[in-house]
Amino acid sequence: MLEQIEGSLAVAKTVARCRPEVVCAYPISPQTHIVEGISDLVRTGELDHCEYLMVESEFAAMSACIGSSATGARTYTATASQGLLYMAEALYNASGLGLPIVMTVANRAIGAPINIWNDHSDSMSQRDCGWVQLYAETNQEAADLHVQAFRLAEQISLPVMVCMDGFILTHAHERVDVPDAEQVDAFLPAFEPRQLLDPADPVTIGAMVGPEAFTEVKYLAHAKQMQALDLIPQIAAEWSDAFGRESGGLLRGYRIDDAETIVVALGSVIGTIEDTVDEMRERGVSIGVLGLKSFRPFPLEEVREALGGARRVVVLEKALAVGVGGIVSANVRMALSGIQLHGHTVVAGLGGRPITGKSLLGLFEDAIADRLGPLTFLDLDSERVERELERMHEGGASGPHEQNILRDVGVVAGGSH
Amino acid sequence: MLRVRIHGRGGQGAVTAAELLSVAAFREGRHAQAFPTFGSERTGAPVVSFCRIDTTEIRTHEPIAEPDGLIILDPTLLHQVDVFGGLRPHGYILINSTRSIAELGLSELGDSHETGRMLTMPATDIAHEHTGRKLPNAVLLGGFAGLTGQLSIDSIEAAISERFPAPVAEGNCAGARAAFELASTAEVQEAARA
Repeated sequence: MLEQIEGSLAVAKTVARCRPEVVCAYPISPQTHIVEGISDLVRTGELDHCEYLMVESEFAAMSACIGSSATGARTYTATASQGLLYMAEALYNASGLGLPIVMTVANRAIGAPINIWNDHSDSMSQRDCGWVQLYAETNQEAADLHVQAFRLAEQISLPVMVCMDGFILTHAHERVDVPDAEQVDAFLPAFEPRQLLDPADPVTIGAMVGPEAFTEVKYLAHAKQMQALDLIPQIAAEWSDAFGRESGGLLRGYRIDDAETIVVALGSVIGTIEDTVDEMRERGVSIGVLGLKSFRPFPLEEVREALGGARRVVVLEKALAVGVGGIVSANVRMALSGIQLHGHTVVAGLGGRPITGKSLLGLFEDAIADRLGPLTFLDLDSERVERELERMHEGGASGPHEQNILRDVGVVAGGSH
Repeated sequence: MLRVRIHGRGGQGAVTAAELLSVAAFREGRHAQAFPTFGSERTGAPVVSFCRIDTTEIRTHEPIAEPDGLIILDPTLLHQVDVFGGLRPHGYILINSTRSIAELGLSELGDSHETGRMLTMPATDIAHEHTGRKLPNAVLLGGFAGLTGQLSIDSIEAAISERFPAPVAEGNCAGARAAFELASTAEVQEAARA
């Protein structure tokens, strides 16, 4: 039913309709409204046959998910930011053991300095932990992706993260057609585990593996993600047939067919970029945007096909690999291996700094006029950075960076928007 | 597109107001997007929330820097926050105050602003009268609908009723309707300037 609803609640309702049997929750902003919403649905009985576990940490949340999934229960959790990092060891176990857990990551920055606002540093830091990573552009897509995620996870026996922009999506009230319970039941068959902990028929899950077989077991994880490259578009096509709207898939291009300049991005910023693309197209500028929906597995061939005909590619990313620059752009460049074009990495929206249409317009104009370097930080206040660097250069105890810069900015504590 | 920015203090319901406004627009078949600023969820701290309303899909997810409508829940913010920042030339302004535009020291802004687009109303008193509480948010939504003519009072009331249990909803609906009628009266708008 079409509703005007908070993104978190739309996700909570959709997850409930996937009939998880175990939900392990530990609250952390901006994810909390999701697990609160599910807890309400369990309390009222709208979601029945579900054990809701309030655990003592994110490490415990993922550990409990591993246990429950191994017993053949459909299992869900959600987290963000430091919570995801605290899970890191268990994340590798979940994927290494091939357990089809689904988890929402309400994307948020990672400290220090402590910051609760949105960027993609958290999920990007775990890009190589063996989980599938899907990125939602809208709240509708965030809701839809959860149903697709359970289907995919259980089919290939791998865990899936559904990443949605914290606050920007989780706390926004927009219209969402929350997938109907009967339709979800028809789309998502009952979970048939590939492995099962059962006292009546004991097996070992997670045996020690030495050099004689470790590579093969690890390779299998890769092989399964390569299978996901075929499955993700298949599931998205079935979704569109069943629900009558497009959601998910590996990637989605907007006005890219003849575009000389193509912007690549993930998540909710794609909508803002589309508005800017339309504005520039009206003035005759040949520009489009490619939204990546699946970051793991990374669709190398599809990205190569989508971008190969362009003259210039601008990768806009909400995370930073300190010491080198882009994370998404490194993957995009791998896809473009051997193809000569102008490539630019733009780091934007860190720690909740708004990515505005105005800034994007200036950025894309700079790119087209060849004024953009290989690595750019959108709306960076260089003067403030220079001033702090000077203070360091003067020697001695220059003090904590964040305090010095906050003092220069003129605020005592942070605030955003 | 109608872009509304709401200024209040933590506890006054600025975030809820934006959400209710989006629900009212949704009920009229329009697309709407409501979202808060984040991080200053302390009682009394300045809070800003936003609502976009349009007839087509809203794709952008940036904050509203240039609103066409301002709702100010607390007049003490006028001296603390740049509430009028980025306001479009013909934008609507609704301020919760017992004082007039002139008494608030806003005559200059009032003179340059189009007639019938800037209004003060005692929303806290109206809320108190109808609900027994001093939360001005729902009342101001009724006032905003009356001032702008962009939303029907029925949609505003429906949004309030959907959100709150019956006794709370009834009082707020009555307050919103009183504010709607007040704001729809031209003489009141004139008086508010004096």
